[in-house]
Amino acid sequence: MTAARDEGDEAPRSTTELDARGLRCPLPVIRLARLATEAPAGSDVLVRWTDPAAAHDIPAWARMRGHTVVATHLPTDGADHGTTLVHLRGDDEGPAPAGADPS
Amino acid sequence: MNSRTYLDAGGRAPLHPAGTQALAAALAEGWADPRRLHSEGRRARALLEGAREAFAEVLGCRTEEVHLAPHHTAALHAGVEHVVEGRRRQGRRTVLSAVERGALHAAARFAGRDTEPDVVPVDSLGRVDLEAWARAVAAPGVGLAALQHANGEVGTRQPVEDAHAAASGAGVPLLVDAGASLGHVAVEPHWDLLTADPRDWGAPDGVAVLAVRARVRAGRVRPEDEDRWFPGGANVPAALAAAVTLRAVLADRDRAAATRRGQVGRIRAAAAAVPDTEVLGHPDDALPHVLTFSCLYVDGEALTAELDRRGFAVGSGSACTSSALEPSHVLAAMGALTHGNVRVALPRDLPDDEVERFCRELPDAVAAVRRLLGVTGL
Repeated sequence: MTAARDEGDEAPRSTTELDARGLRCPLPVIRLARLATEAPAGSDVLVRWTDPAAAHDIPAWARMRGHTVVATHLPTDGADHGTTLVHLRGDDEGPAPAGADPS
Repeated sequence: MNSRTYLDAGGRAPLHPAGTQALAAALAEGWADPRRLHSEGRRARALLEGAREAFAEVLGCRTEEVHLAPHHTAALHAGVEHVVEGRRRQGRRTVLSAVERGALHAAARFAGRDTEPDVVPVDSLGRVDLEAWARAVAAPGVGLAALQHANGEVGTRQPVEDAHAAASGAGVPLLVDAGASLGHVAVEPHWDLLTADPRDWGAPDGVAVLAVRARVRAGRVRPEDEDRWFPGGANVPAALAAAVTLRAVLADRDRAAATRRGQVGRIRAAAAAVPDTEVLGHPDDALPHVLTFSCLYVDGEALTAELDRRGFAVGSGSACTSSALEPSHVLAAMGALTHGNVRVALPRDLPDDEVERFCRELPDAVAAVRRLLGVTGL
């Protein structure tokens, strides 16, 4: 766990980093899903990726699981990888979306 | 597994028997050079003109407006290049939807030279944003607009009539890619240029259709030839076979569409029942024979291989199934999950029991791939 962010009056949220660089689809999303089962609800995950499919598939996974993508940075401007910051649905943020099947 | 079920008919359908018969006859009768003036040459020319007349009748245009390309990609490229060059004083920008074929995106970039195409977004069902489209075509510097009749990957139909009205209002010609539609659904005359792909309706290889209304201004982009659009002229036997096949599939188009719409509905229900699976595209306003879905935590290549092992040939828009690293730009533009993607395009006259067998095996195939990846319970 890394340092927290401060957003106004909100309590600081903890952020976990996931290094998915070099992994091909669907592995970045699978690693993220695994991490999401362990990370605290309501925390953030910063995913680092190189597979272009991750830019599309992480937001799609988040939508299907009721999480929120806070920001996506594509690997432009010389960066060798992209990042996606995901806010994991908190316990007080409503039920999982219909169709989600966490088995 | 000896039994094979072909569910990847988009852009390359199994050959229709009328097409193979017509091809044999056309090879016997139409082998000569249609540009030569002897009897053999004139016979080939008559067959070629007959094919063009048949296409013109189906499309609702004049015979001289029908040009025959060697391939659908060549038809798309030629349409874009000639019109952008012809309208270079207006500007070289092409406006096109985000879900057009890769060949159209490439042609728009190439013909635009330093002018980037204006790519109009689509909604989550794959349908173009009409308001953004109307703004884009009305902007200065636009040479051409391009919108597919329906998307061959996800099936969604586009609002072509409204898009054509907006383009016409702005004085911009519209190219309609009907490559996934003609032969399967009615294609209305709301176009200035239109392409169609005979391989998609079960005709043999070697020809594609580019229709260009006489009012469209075309520039010169190729060396001089009797056929300015496709130098060297058309493949006569392939053209005749394509026209005969089109006539055959149109004769019972609505019956074939109704059958396949029912079969697609059963596959849609089966896919939707697979855990963590999203069925994509418009549920109703879509091609009758195309369906796409994506399964979470599944490797598209592994799923395609697993279905192939079980006797089913399917397509996929997942990156891991192509040599390119990029996933399908269509799925990406829709905001859909790009991994674990399966695309089926049903051929005509597919027995119902093969569809039922696919519906039975699909959940097991997905589960088998997920077991290999150890992703249960995520």
